[in-house]
This record gives sequence, structure tokens and C-alpha cells, in this order.
Amino acid sequence: MTRAALRAVLVAALLHAIPAHCADAWDYALQPQEIAPDTWVFVGRAEDFTFANGGNVVNTGFVITAAGVVVIDTGPTVRYGQQMRAAIRRLTPLPVVRVFNTHHHPDHVLGNAVFAASTVEATAEAAAALRAEGAGFVDNMFRLVRQWATGTEVAVPTRVAVDGPITIGGHTFELHRMRGHTDGDLVIVDRTTGVAFVGDLVFDGRAPTTPHAHPDDWRAALATLRRWPVSVWVPGHGPPSRGTDAIDATHAWIDWLDAHLRTAAASGRDITEVLRDPVPARFATWGVVDAEYARSVLQRFPALERAELKRADAR
Amino acid sequence: MRARHHCSGLAAGLAVIAMLSTAAAADPAADPAVDPMGSAAWADRTRALFGDARVVFDPRVEVLAPKSAEDPLQVPVAVRVDPAIGADRVFVFADYNPIVPVLSFEPRGAAPYLAFRVKLQQSGPVRAAARDAAGTWHVGHTWVVTGGGGCTLPALGRGEKDWETRLNEVSARVWVDALGGTTAARARIRIVHPMDTGLAPGIPAFHLRELRLVDAAGADAMRIEVHEPVAENPVFTVEWAHAAPPLPLVLTGVDNNGNRVDAAIVR
Repeated sequence: MTRAALRAVLVAALLHAIPAHCADAWDYALQPQEIAPDTWVFVGRAEDFTFANGGNVVNTGFVITAAGVVVIDTGPTVRYGQQMRAAIRRLTPLPVVRVFNTHHHPDHVLGNAVFAASTVEATAEAAAALRAEGAGFVDNMFRLVRQWATGTEVAVPTRVAVDGPITIGGHTFELHRMRGHTDGDLVIVDRTTGVAFVGDLVFDGRAPTTPHAHPDDWRAALATLRRWPVSVWVPGHGPPSRGTDAIDATHAWIDWLDAHLRTAAASGRDITEVLRDPVPARFATWGVVDAEYARSVLQRFPALERAELKRADAR
Repeated sequence: MRARHHCSGLAAGLAVIAMLSTAAAADPAADPAVDPMGSAAWADRTRALFGDARVVFDPRVEVLAPKSAEDPLQVPVAVRVDPAIGADRVFVFADYNPIVPVLSFEPRGAAPYLAFRVKLQQSGPVRAAARDAAGTWHVGHTWVVTGGGGCTLPALGRGEKDWETRLNEVSARVWVDALGGTTAARARIRIVHPMDTGLAPGIPAFHLRELRLVDAAGADAMRIEVHEPVAENPVFTVEWAHAAPPLPLVLTGVDNNGNRVDAAIVR
């Protein structure tokens, strides 16, 4: 084959590999689902970040109150944030008056820059973590979803969330600062509708992520959530639901993962062996469970392994 | 940086093609000029590292590592060599690292197995070459995908206050009848050391150079020659196949500045 012909074949193959929706100006095709009065959710895919999905792997939501719109999380890119705002505008002419970030992870906050800085609110811990890690998050998002991330930059929340009720346009929101998935998780419960936005403290049908997790605090947070009277739970990943199944499943995963890694570390197994362990059948149907298990092993095992070692002094 | 990622993605694709088209490479007698990993550096590396010695690809040399490693500063690797090869020396290297050699180990009383962590500069092959009694190198490998930069970033411990006072501090543990009896014993050893490659701006190379593990009866268990790409605060796992060594184990060694390692591992 001549060089020119080879190049033609390669170019054709590359063009073929680009998803059709790219031609459509990077459209996430966000469709809001009404889960309660005034309350809408954009449900992401149970996948990892890819160029094909543009990072649309997360749930975001909004509540249309009489005084304006309250947004919960802003998605993985500025394009997502823009399209989210456009979808909200198709439902109401009211402005966005408050934006809550449930925690500082990139898929939940990298659309922040679309909204007025004075409206964006998170825990002090989440704001500090985003300030420290945000630039790395943006670099990594470009690496994962490429042109989908065009224009994406960090916008650190300017409002500090405190515990307690706050009433906006006839909806009373209860804010609860929690800890477990990260140092600064924020749960937003709309007492007017009974909807709870719990961020990544709860995953449904998709393996939980653990880069900043505290297993004991996470379990305690889930035990607390479980007791609350809530009509609809909105997890960070997976479909909104009425019962506590997703809370229990997330709890079961943390229990299993923590016990499995502790046992493995205490018995002297090597991390490269632990990486190859299968996940139990009850979790095996979850999205990206094998990749997420491997990430959790790499993140958590070294510290557990180190805790098993004793100081060996000079002779 | 981004251009490099695209290149390594292409290389990974070529590697897959190469693997599909050279299934015979798993055979020890396969042509060593055709690299199953599709590394552009393979011919140069083999010439530089092994000279005129015979080199074969051999599935009996197993290199275990994660397929994808988010943290390029601490990529876990384990090398297991089939005892049937009778390896006296095993050389571990990463084709695309600016410093290619990672470490060498000589299993004596211990099994031909070593686990450790490595810094990777970019995605690419991690390989182990085991030398048999006839001087032939048996090569096994795996491909690790990583964001990279591991060799030119400063050690994290530089930000801690006490690394200087804790330099070469050893912590360890021995498991007897380890892993449900499949292994007579296993030892895990961690040494506090920044393992600076000399490639991070303004920080000279400062790394462990050699380690020697001897059992209480004075029998040599393992010797390790350590190079810059071994990860900060190295963790080594060593194994005994047939009989547990008498304790304490004695670990001695030295870094490239002459600082000594000396520890008795009592349990």
C-alpha cells in the first residue's frame, strides 16, 4: 500500500471511530426527569468517563421554587453546565439563585463556572479540596473526555454551607454536612417534597469510588441517612429511588471492600494478587465494578499493608 | 504531554496488533527480534542491556502489575520466575523510563519472586529478564497504562519533616505458612528513603543502591540491586517456597550517599 493510501485508510478509520453525536456540537442530550413536584434530575450513565459519553456519568438536579432555581451539582464539564442551564431555561424563566455542590469531585463541580460565583455553595472542606486539587481534575478531565472539556475551568464555591434549614421560594431545604465519601460531603433534603440529594454517599447500580473515602465515617453517615423520612433518594450515580436499597447496597460494598482488604493485608498477600480477586457475585452486575475495585485496591491497600509492619531495629 | 499520551495510545494499539499477529511469541523459541509488546525501543534496549547474550520471550517469567495505574509514583509490580528456569539473576526494567533499569535481584535461599513498587514516566512495558545457567535471558512483561510523570516529580516525603531522621528506617513482617500454606514464608520489608531519581529539578539523585537479606543461620536469602525508578519508601515482598528461614532475618544495605541500612527482622 502506498503511503497516501495508508493515510487515507487511517483517516477513514479515525473518522469512523468518532461518535455520531460529536458532529452535533458536543450535545449531551440532557433530558430532565421530574421525580417530585418542582424537582428534576438529569440521570447519568453507569459508566466510567470516556470520550464516547463525554463524562455524562453523574446525576445532577434542580428544584424550581417561586424565588428561582436551586441547582444540585453541575456536571463534569463547562459544556455540561451550559447545557444543564439551557435545559432548565426551557422549563422556567426564573434565574438560578443557588447552586449546591454535594462534594468536590470533578464530575460534580466542573460545570460550576457557568453559574454566578456568588450562588455556588459547598462545605468548607469541599471548597478547600477543590482549590487544592481542581487544576489536576481539569487536566485529567481533558485527558479522559478531550474536546468535551473545552472551556472547562475550576470555579471554587464562594458560599460556605452550614447545617440547618434554609427556605427559598417556599421550599425548605435542610443542609447536612457529612463525611465519608470525602472530608466534606453535603446532603440536601427538600422538606417540602421529601426529596434527598445525597451525592456520592450513595451509589446505585454502579460501584462506589473511594479516592478520598473514610470507610468508618461513610458507614456512620449511611446509618444516619437510613433513619430519615425521605420520599425519593437521589444518589450521585444511578437512578433515583424510593426505598433504602441503594443505601444498603453501598453500605454492603464498603463493608465487603474494607474487610477484604484488611484480611488480605493482614495475611501477607501482595497487592498485585489482591488486584486480581473477583468481586462477589452480589456486586458483579454493577457498572464498572472491576475497574473501580482495582482503583480502590490501589488507593487503599498500601496504607493497610503498612499498618501490618513493625519497626525492625538495628542489630 | 498530551501528544505523548496519544503516541502511547497508538503504541498500545500496535502492541495489541503485534500480540494478535505473533501468537507464537509466547513460545520460548520465538524470535526475540519481534517484541510482543510492540515497543519501538525493544531492539535498542536488548542490545544495550544484554549485548550478545541470547534473549528469549518466556511466559514462565511472570510480571504482574495493574493494567491501569492512576498514581505513576507507586505502581505495584510483582515478578515470579518459574524455578525450572534456574535463574541466578533477574533484571527488571521499563522500556520507556528515562532511567531504564528498575532493579536486579538474585534469589539465593529465597524463591525467585520479588514484589515492589516502581515510578513510571509514561505508559509502556514493564519487563523482567531471568538469566539461566547457560547465560540465556528469559523475558516476561506486562503493559501498564498510566498518566505518567513518575520519574520527574519530586518525592512526596520531601514535604514531610522527619524523613531525614527516619532515613533507612526499616519496618517489616514475616508470615510463616503464608497464603494458606502455598508458600513456606513471606517477608514484607519497607525502608524509608526518598529514592530521588535526579530528574526532578534541583534534587540530585539519592537512592538505595543495594540490599542483602540473610537468615539467622547466615544463609543468603536475596540480594537486590536497586535503581532510581524504585518508588519512594520502597516496599519489597520476598518469598520462601519450601522451608521458612530461621529468624531473625538480617537486612543490610547502602544508598548512593553511603548511608547504611541495618535491621534485624525478628517476626
